[in-house]
Amino acid sequence: MTAADTLRFAFRALTGFRVRTALMLLAMSIGVAAVVLLTSLGEAARTYVTGEFAALGTNLLIVIPGRSETTGGAPPVTGATARDLTIEDAVALGRSPQVALIAPLTVGETALSAGTRSRNAVVMGTTHEMETVRHLTVERGRFLPPGDPSRASAVAVLGATLADELFGARDPLGAQVRLGDRRFRVVGVLARQGQSLGTNMDEAVFIPVASAQALFNTPSLFRILVQAADRDAVAPAERDLLRILRERHEGEEDVTVITQGSVLGAFDRILRALTYAVAGIAAISLFVAGILVMNVMLVAVSQRTAEIGLLRALGASSGRVRALFLTEAALLSLLGAVLGVAIGVGGGLAVSAMVPALDLTPPAWAVAAAVGIALTTGTLFALLPARRAAALDPVEALAPR
Amino acid sequence: MRGVVRTFQVGDQTVRALDGVDLDIEAGEYVSIMGPSGSGKSTMLNLIGLLDRPTDGLYALAGQDVTALDDDQRARVRGERIGFIFQAFHLVPRLTAAENVELPLTLAGIAPAERRRRVARALEAVGLTDRAHHVPAQLSGGQRQRVAIARATVTEPAVLLADEPTGNLDRASGHDVVRVLEDLNARGITLIVVTHDAEMGGRARRRIRMVDGRIAEDARA
Repeated sequence: MTAADTLRFAFRALTGFRVRTALMLLAMSIGVAAVVLLTSLGEAARTYVTGEFAALGTNLLIVIPGRSETTGGAPPVTGATARDLTIEDAVALGRSPQVALIAPLTVGETALSAGTRSRNAVVMGTTHEMETVRHLTVERGRFLPPGDPSRASAVAVLGATLADELFGARDPLGAQVRLGDRRFRVVGVLARQGQSLGTNMDEAVFIPVASAQALFNTPSLFRILVQAADRDAVAPAERDLLRILRERHEGEEDVTVITQGSVLGAFDRILRALTYAVAGIAAISLFVAGILVMNVMLVAVSQRTAEIGLLRALGASSGRVRALFLTEAALLSLLGAVLGVAIGVGGGLAVSAMVPALDLTPPAWAVAAAVGIALTTGTLFALLPARRAAALDPVEALAPR
Repeated sequence: MRGVVRTFQVGDQTVRALDGVDLDIEAGEYVSIMGPSGSGKSTMLNLIGLLDRPTDGLYALAGQDVTALDDDQRARVRGERIGFIFQAFHLVPRLTAAENVELPLTLAGIAPAERRRRVARALEAVGLTDRAHHVPAQLSGGQRQRVAIARATVTEPAVLLADEPTGNLDRASGHDVVRVLEDLNARGITLIVVTHDAEMGGRARRRIRMVDGRIAEDARA
């Protein structure tokens, strides 16, 4: 019997028992579709989050005051409060050859008003370099002017939402706004940046870092953003930053440096693991489908006992009978898998069409794995029924019942 | 067949379904095997058809000792040399008449074009060319048994084994079936019929009567 004939015979057996075949296909395709859709979802989440992080900047390092130690040791008894980061620290960091740009940042919140309108705004005190480091886009005017970061000046750049709410259709460029009791002249408006890791840049107002320190009456910085010279400079830059700050802080290492790459890598790993876990859970449904295949094939063997006896009488060896039943199960699993992939991919595309931010294109490995698992479990679980069919004694199988 | 014994274990008892049978059947013979239930006639047919193997003794088919063949080899011999006809027809219900007839050729791995030619010829021989694409449920009992005969003969076997071929048929269609079988025998095929029906058994040129697993009578017309 040729392979093509074996396939055709198995196919005729499937089309001969329509309800049974349809139910099996349904079970198998739900399992495959679940794997495909859930991994798509996991992958979409991963791409989204890592994309967010990548959008933060390029070759970015973040210096945060205070040291978070997780490696044990008794906590210091006397007040070892971390030293604040200062503008002078930031300037010193900028002298490292590994560093391309630095952008000190002070953050506060206060009322922002223009004319009669007023609302609460996040105030970001920073410098000209922030535009490049943080990949901000200016829509109108310009960003904060370059210059000595320790010099205050009364200029402000508005986030898109703030500009809309305070000025409406009027042009905010050149207008005066009040932050607390100080006046600032608007020199630029940012393009809409959207939510970025919990901070909505559209609702922030940017002023020079020295002005913000004066406004909030603090000499310290919230953090310092550093852009390394290039990708290879990130690691040496991290060492440099720590060394410079240790020297400046009397030998104490009281800052934390986060590199964008390490955060990115951590999130990537976590979300990838999550995707695998979800795919694994979905794969359980494939396992269940495999058990269903076994059940269905066992029923088929006892229903078609006479047919099996007949095949034996017509010249089929027991190995041939086994091959026929295995082919039938494999074909069933394959058709179910193809249907499931279609449902999964189709469902993903439908969701993507409705929610453009979510790209639910399933990863190729997930599709391959789902189809592979479906085929393997389907065929493995059919081994027992097929063996039972092959072991039937032809005389008894043909005996009238 | 020489000294063929076939025993079955029923509970803790051993039943000798065949108890030392010696039998020679020449090519082209028309033999009927009759006898009461439990006389061993069906067991005999299964042994001749290589569906079963003897517990003891020797069985040679066309000069070849087939007693010691393994499962695969016996399957091949069945496919090449033996045609089976059953009381219950045993057509595959989801396949058309033509596909049922084609089945043994497919199992033997014969090319599709050749299969179609031989199926058409076999259906024509039993007068069912116009029913080729009907499924068994759309055929009468007599037509079904003729499809089964076409299936049994499409491989051009040397021996045709019929187990109560008219048992499920009315008189008229039973008659048709017997005529088709006898035509085949007239063209050289060895025909062995197991039956309860004395009239049918009486038509055979050689009549074997079995009692308690032994040949009680072996008469030639």
